Amino acid sequence: MAHSVRRDAPELPDFSLLKRLARDQLIYLLEQLPGKKDLFIEADLMSPLDRIANVTTLKEHEVDKLYKVEHKSIVSTSDQLCFLIRPRIQTVKWICDVVNADKAVGKFRRYKVIFCPQKFYACETLLEEQGIIGDVTTDEWSFYLLPLDDDIISLELPEFFRDNFLEGDQRWVRTAGSALHLLHSLYGPFSKVYGIGRCSKMAYESWREQVKEGEQRVRQADIGNVFLIDRDVDLVTPLCSQVVYEGLVDDIFRIKCGCVEFGPDVTSSDKSMKVMLNSQDKVFNEIRNEHFSQVFGFLSQKARNLQTAYDKRSGMDIKQMKTFVSEELKGLKKEHRLLSLHIGASESMMKKKTKQDFQEMLKTEHSLLEGFEIRECISFIEEHINRQASMVESMRLLCLLSLTENGLLPKDYRSLKAQYLQSYGVDHLLTFSNLKQLGLLVEQQPGETLTVMESRVGKLVNDKTAGKLTDAFSSLAKKSNFRALSRRLNLVPKSDEEYDLRVPRDMAYIFSGAYIPLSCKLIEQVLERDGWTGLEEVTRMINGHEFAVTAGSNGSDPRGRSDAQRIILVMFLGGCTYSEISALRFLGKEKGYKFVVVTTAITNSARVLESMLDNHA
Amino acid sequence: MIRGKPDDDEYWNSSKFKAFTFDDEDDDFTRLKESKRAVNSILVEDEDEEDEVEKVNWSGEPVGSISWSVKETASNIRSTGEVRDLSFPKIDTAPSLPKNSSGYSLSSLFKGKAKTGSLQSFSESFSEQSLRNYAPELRKPKSEYKDYISDWTPEETVKRMQQGKAYSLEKFHFLQDKLLLLDEAVNAHDGNVITAVLIFLKKSLSKEILFRELIAREIALRHYIHYLKEMGEHKHLVELFKSLGRTEDMALMQYRDHLNIKDENRRRDFLKNCLSLPFSQEDATHVLDHYTLLERQIIIEANDKHVESSSQADIFKKYPRKASILNMPIITTLYYSCFYHYGESEGTYSSPANIRKTFRISDKQFLLTCLGARAKLKAWFDVDALFTTKNWLGYTKKRSPIGFHRIVDILHKNNAPVQVLQEYVNLVEDTEQKISLAQKYKCHDVIINTYRDLKDRQLLIGYREKVERSSPEYRKIEELLCNSQIRWKN
Repeated sequence: MAHSVRRDAPELPDFSLLKRLARDQLIYLLEQLPGKKDLFIEADLMSPLDRIANVTTLKEHEVDKLYKVEHKSIVSTSDQLCFLIRPRIQTVKWICDVVNADKAVGKFRRYKVIFCPQKFYACETLLEEQGIIGDVTTDEWSFYLLPLDDDIISLELPEFFRDNFLEGDQRWVRTAGSALHLLHSLYGPFSKVYGIGRCSKMAYESWREQVKEGEQRVRQADIGNVFLIDRDVDLVTPLCSQVVYEGLVDDIFRIKCGCVEFGPDVTSSDKSMKVMLNSQDKVFNEIRNEHFSQVFGFLSQKARNLQTAYDKRSGMDIKQMKTFVSEELKGLKKEHRLLSLHIGASESMMKKKTKQDFQEMLKTEHSLLEGFEIRECISFIEEHINRQASMVESMRLLCLLSLTENGLLPKDYRSLKAQYLQSYGVDHLLTFSNLKQLGLLVEQQPGETLTVMESRVGKLVNDKTAGKLTDAFSSLAKKSNFRALSRRLNLVPKSDEEYDLRVPRDMAYIFSGAYIPLSCKLIEQVLERDGWTGLEEVTRMINGHEFAVTAGSNGSDPRGRSDAQRIILVMFLGGCTYSEISALRFLGKEKGYKFVVVTTAITNSARVLESMLDNHA
Repeated sequence: MIRGKPDDDEYWNSSKFKAFTFDDEDDDFTRLKESKRAVNSILVEDEDEEDEVEKVNWSGEPVGSISWSVKETASNIRSTGEVRDLSFPKIDTAPSLPKNSSGYSLSSLFKGKAKTGSLQSFSESFSEQSLRNYAPELRKPKSEYKDYISDWTPEETVKRMQQGKAYSLEKFHFLQDKLLLLDEAVNAHDGNVITAVLIFLKKSLSKEILFRELIAREIALRHYIHYLKEMGEHKHLVELFKSLGRTEDMALMQYRDHLNIKDENRRRDFLKNCLSLPFSQEDATHVLDHYTLLERQIIIEANDKHVESSSQADIFKKYPRKASILNMPIITTLYYSCFYHYGESEGTYSSPANIRKTFRISDKQFLLTCLGARAKLKAWFDVDALFTTKNWLGYTKKRSPIGFHRIVDILHKNNAPVQVLQEYVNLVEDTEQKISLAQKYKCHDVIINTYRDLKDRQLLIGYREKVERSSPEYRKIEELLCNSQIRWKN
């Protein structure tokens, strides 16, 4: 709360335009199928749809009944069916079944499938193979970007992570390029693009092609710079426990599309409540980026202020009372309600975390990040598994261990895997195979112990030689090199210094002062250096595909506002966490930037790991 | 809780890793509770504004008609109509083929799209219209004329596919052309198009040839595998893995199919067949475990169901089974066996000893699971026996492969009484830890005795304030403080 804010921070552009565009296009598409129709909506499109339109909007365009896609036979009596879906084979198969079932009983209907945000050839091929093209018409709803808040835009594509990084399927690359293109046309032209990661590079290319195909009009840029980053450049950060308020709320209650459902334990009533969490919530806006330990103090202070404000009433005459009621009371009541909600949430989170030995868990995480007392960490993880404590948490700790240690010793890997399978089911063999494929949980290959030597040698000889050595070793295996990166970039502050969480001095505050997120540190460094110069060793260790490009000479806007240059769009391909967003907000305040985060989805450790599970039919 | 510094608040806010704590007794928590009380106690006449929190809307501008809105959008873009070359440099993303840049414009894109009944895209809606009205012909790019010749190069074809225009793959008859098309799709980094080309190749090439060509094309191969997975074409996938020599992937994929089998006997038989699949040595052991486990679970389940329904054993009456044991993990099965079949001889499948041996369960794991089950049943005698060892002189001693502080936690979670907890708190070696646990679980005797052993009079006096007057603890402290035999250090 007590950050020194630079006064000259630029204003963010208005992203609500994106919502209006999406809504208008949807209405247009619905009107393409005139007459009454029933609408089937893919489950995970419902929340995004809620953010841009409501039932009335749909009803106004002759949508009769609304259904959720459930992959079961349907009960609709309408003679027109419209399906609003993600381009997924499973869903299209289900639609084929629905249509063919109708045909079998001689029922005639019109069908329209609207793919969001685009269609895939594989889906259309399936429709063709099932002989229903013609009965079914298809369309695209190019709803790429959903603004979740003033500075967060989401593509709402959680499957991006698995599809791209695990399966190696580049189906969403062009989608990312198109999203960038849309932002470029509305808020650009961009003058600089930085990036790191294979997918970032491809998305950049796709966007560049699309720009080339179209025409760019001269307009004054709102956003000057862009930073693209692949999620797999930094897998450590999303696997850490979040301790900043917004991140913690996401870890515990799961924020969905900017909205959270608080249960009866939070609302202290018998019903649950859905609450939008964004900058419009004044109480939330002040605590969202704070370390959890700072939140209590703030909330009690707020409560006292509120009491004082209410108390003012006692000495008022009638006229004053009237003004009070008409001007202040409503605001106070609203604040009152928000305050009790967030106090309730904090209380409930405390209780939950106390039960889980959160303190010890954090200690283990910090030791792993620091590379300290690894044996103790392994026993902690082992016991966590033995006690059959949360399956995902056990997996998270194992992955953190592997990422920070460049893989597990073969002996440890075998033993921990065996115990994991005993505790949570042998079918997790499939999960282990996925984690290995992605490089999240691997066994050290013999010879990799050389890295230790390499880093020691690296200290002794000059950087150039060390670079050559790294080159020679990097061919050995896909490694995270976390320890070396952490040293290079000072990601882990020295542990003997005290860290005052009330006055954060760097981005490490989002992890209790224990770790500066690699992703955000890279962004900071590149912006500072205006490119990757001086970071050669770092990018080599990340195996980076880094780039930094400037628009051609006639591209840069001579009248370009300096403000636009300080608005930086950061696009996370594969998801980003609320903690990272908090870190960037902090960085922005320190340096006078404003960050706009565009992400394929908001993620956290549970979402990353759940996307790796394969043990369900 | 004992803390070194007098000012708790100061300490928790400034120290590094322990910057905040989730312990119940913590001040923050109390503070929070107080704030909650305070906030809740503020009396306000509450009208029915309940929904105010829920309906925070974010954009919420009213809409007029669609055309109005599109116009609005257009005017928002301060376009001047002036075209500018905004060239960003190409960066090398992959070993790419030589490319000649083609000048497709957006307008051609939308014309192509209109055929398939798609909507104008955003950018067109606010920038294209005016131009097209004035000079539609001039805007038509050269490439458009090729529509009638249908003689596109692989590069053009891929580009058209990316843009959603009409295209034709039929003319790619030669193997070389097909592969060129595939490579071009890979170079365009568009997974959607890569898969589309692969579907075409799947239909027009024999498996052998396609697989052979995919070996050298990693990116295309991964798309193909993913496509087959999504389509559920397992047989095809098995053949592919086989021809690639990726036998472990093949084995895992086939093993995965057991998840689709609901009937336990069929599932068991399926797993038995899996045993011959070419798993890695390590995984083969796990799959064997899986089979053995299900086989035993089926036997145990049938037996226990019978015993339960015929009310032969008290334990099932007292603690009716909540769910079947089928398909549960090994450790859950062990817990179940420790719960319902404790003390059975190793000869029976359902006995803890048999499960421990069959599945090579570690001492630590066995102890933890056993402890959990017996504590749940409040069988404190069994708990005691778990830790008791006799040395050769016949003296008994308590030992544990895990720290006694963890044992205490587990017992506490199972609502062990203070008398039981106390015994194990006493076994914690680290004095500080012992005290903090004793305080947490209100084991007064342990605290008092420890302070006595430390000969710390001040701490004892301090503790006297925390216990209730006239309680046995209070009396005990009084007695100790009056005891002249003890040589206090302070």
